[in-house]
Amino acid sequence: MDAIDLARWQFGIITVYHFLFVPITIGMSALVAGLHTAWYRTGKQKYRRMTQFWGKLFLINFAIGVVTGIVQEFQFGMNWSSYSKFVGDIFGAPLAIEGLLAFFLESTFLGLWIFGWDRLPKKVHLASIWLVAIGTQLSAYFILAANSWMQWPRGYTYNSATGRAELHDFGAVLTNKVVLATYPHTIAASFLTAGAFMLGIALWHLLRRPGENGSLFRPAVKLGAITTLVAAAALMITGDIQAKIMTDTQPMKMAAAEALYDTSAPAPFSILTIGSLDGSKEVWSLKVPHGLSFLATSTWNGKVEGINNLQTAYEQRFGPGSYKPNVPLTYWTFRFMILAGVLTAAIALLALWQLRRQRKSSKWLIRAALAVPLLPLLGNSLGWIFTEMGRQPWIVFGLMQTRDGVSPSVGAGSVLTSLIVLTLLYGVLAVVEVFLLLRFAREVPAETTEPSDPEAAEPAFLY
Amino acid sequence: MALTDIWFLLIAVLWTGYLVLEGFDFGVGMLLPFVGRDAVDRKVTLRTIGPVWDGNEVWLLVAGGATFAAFPFWYATLFSGFYLALLIILVALILRGIALEYRGKLDDSSWHRRWDLVIVGSSAVPALLWGVALANIVRGVPMGADHEFAGNFFTLLNPYALLGGVTTLLLFALHGAIFLALKTHGEVHDRALKLVPPIGLATVVAAAAFLAWTQAFDGSALTWTLALAAALCLIGALAASRFGREGWAFVGTAATIALAAATLFTTLYPNVLPSTTDAAFSLTTVNAASTHYTLKIMTWVAVIFTPVVLAYQGYTYWVFRKRLGRTDIYQPAEKVTS
Repeated sequence: MDAIDLARWQFGIITVYHFLFVPITIGMSALVAGLHTAWYRTGKQKYRRMTQFWGKLFLINFAIGVVTGIVQEFQFGMNWSSYSKFVGDIFGAPLAIEGLLAFFLESTFLGLWIFGWDRLPKKVHLASIWLVAIGTQLSAYFILAANSWMQWPRGYTYNSATGRAELHDFGAVLTNKVVLATYPHTIAASFLTAGAFMLGIALWHLLRRPGENGSLFRPAVKLGAITTLVAAAALMITGDIQAKIMTDTQPMKMAAAEALYDTSAPAPFSILTIGSLDGSKEVWSLKVPHGLSFLATSTWNGKVEGINNLQTAYEQRFGPGSYKPNVPLTYWTFRFMILAGVLTAAIALLALWQLRRQRKSSKWLIRAALAVPLLPLLGNSLGWIFTEMGRQPWIVFGLMQTRDGVSPSVGAGSVLTSLIVLTLLYGVLAVVEVFLLLRFAREVPAETTEPSDPEAAEPAFLY
Repeated sequence: MALTDIWFLLIAVLWTGYLVLEGFDFGVGMLLPFVGRDAVDRKVTLRTIGPVWDGNEVWLLVAGGATFAAFPFWYATLFSGFYLALLIILVALILRGIALEYRGKLDDSSWHRRWDLVIVGSSAVPALLWGVALANIVRGVPMGADHEFAGNFFTLLNPYALLGGVTTLLLFALHGAIFLALKTHGEVHDRALKLVPPIGLATVVAAAAFLAWTQAFDGSALTWTLALAAALCLIGALAASRFGREGWAFVGTAATIALAAATLFTTLYPNVLPSTTDAAFSLTTVNAASTHYTLKIMTWVAVIFTPVVLAYQGYTYWVFRKRLGRTDIYQPAEKVTS
């Protein structure tokens, strides 16, 4: 493999890995802040214990999210220096603002929250975790704004003298309609992930020892399941909006998601197609007539452009070359992303239903409890792979192709070294993290009473 | 003052903030086995930086992001050029963050010992390499008209840069020792204080040699003044620590680091990355910069939000201002005797 392929693999591995932790952080920070608020308002020890239990798991996850985030910022310069030069005038600003507005907020107030337990005034302590949660939201917005600019560049002019894209309207970057749709979709996915994370662990505890764990985990099952279900509904609505915007801004991505080769009106929605997906032959397929037309255009007979027609149009606009993304990859990642979300919601609904009827534990429900935290992680990863692979060959749609963005002075040996080192390191981190998560997820926190002497109390989080 | 100059200044300030702040937590990490002889002392040692190290590290992320936004050509050339060196730093920072966060999660001595080793190594490596990197930036690198780094990993390991690395390593260790002396009482405090004279002496020698050598590149009256002021602060810090004025000693090492960074950035200006191939190929604050519009937006954001950040970071230091000792560490009843 040459430097460009290695750099692409590295970007994919590093970014997908980082994004396993980010949605949990975004969703869990808000859920933990909610539990902390319940403790603050009611003074009930139940909520203090819940805040500590879920807070600990949140922190274990947060640590890896933070350290893998450092690489994210530097790898644009390391592996994609031509890209960085070309778009730095636009792309750098949201990144820098993210650091100043979001990272400082998150890391400073997380330190205050961890070490301020029993020391800070109660209101300030509660405010700390909320500021962490707000920081994660800001962070997500600025990063998605930067990414959305790559999907659908707006608010810039191409300067042929300097050979780069130059910013002329920062407001247009921040209110790009792609980010306005992507942000709520990503946040909904994050709450689905955090809800399922809470639901799975709490359900497992509840099914094992319904009597003694009930007071601590029954409310967590409810909170997790309801969060999951509300998030799933939000995901459907925002996903639908996103699909329409995608049809408008990146028709090739929509066509690839459906493996629709010829422009059709009406276009069917393919639930499943067995075939070569290169458009040459179709062995068997299950289709919803008019489905894609509705999804893409909000009308039953709307015209949806096909891959072949778009390829011809793009060749006329951008010159010869292939403008098709990897169709099997986009087709399957799109489907399995949706499937992962639907399954997660289904398990949440069943768990809630079982709980209402006070049923005894059943084997399948325990299995579902173990699977449910993993499904959204899979869905999130597939969603991002779809989004990023669907816009290929472009790194910035219509402006710069991915192969032109790579660092000219970095050889394949260097990229391979860093690919191997980071992949191994991330592998080891995953093992340590899962080990710690499982250990703390299994440990039921002991009953505690409010300490009379805060100085002598066991810290909520050992350091 | 042109916006490009303001942004050069701001990035210098961000780097200086990073070096001053993470400098002491690198130092504390490196000194962990020397000041923490038993499990409780090591907890005291790490607790001093626990609430703040992550916030300190964000200064680096903001410096990196600001470089990308304000001087994309500097960011692109530097980070692709120093590829493997940067990779080593990133790996160290990843390991360090995980070690600091995960060490205390289990109450198990072999778990602690392993993470302690990681903390020492991953604090020392960036402490050394940031000095190497900064020295190379000031000295310049082989670079053609295309502004692409034309050297390799070993180009970066020249004697001047290595001396720069040794200087930051020692300076951060000293800064950390003085920070520990300021933030603790009892045995950790005494051991940290005892480390100050030997590390201090080595630091004075290395820093004097490094700053004098820096003057050989582009010495001016201003840089000489800054370098001399850095030297005076260093000596003042050592004197203050000898007389038990730990707060002043910490101000002294912080000022030394800030003035040394100021010397380097003043020497560098108006370049951001000089070319040793031909001065005409150097990256400067002008040819590496973003457009006026981008810089203007960034300036507004910085002007509005930097004071807010400084206020709440300062608040953190104020909240955790109390000196720590063995009695602050929670010890389960059955463990007290062991």
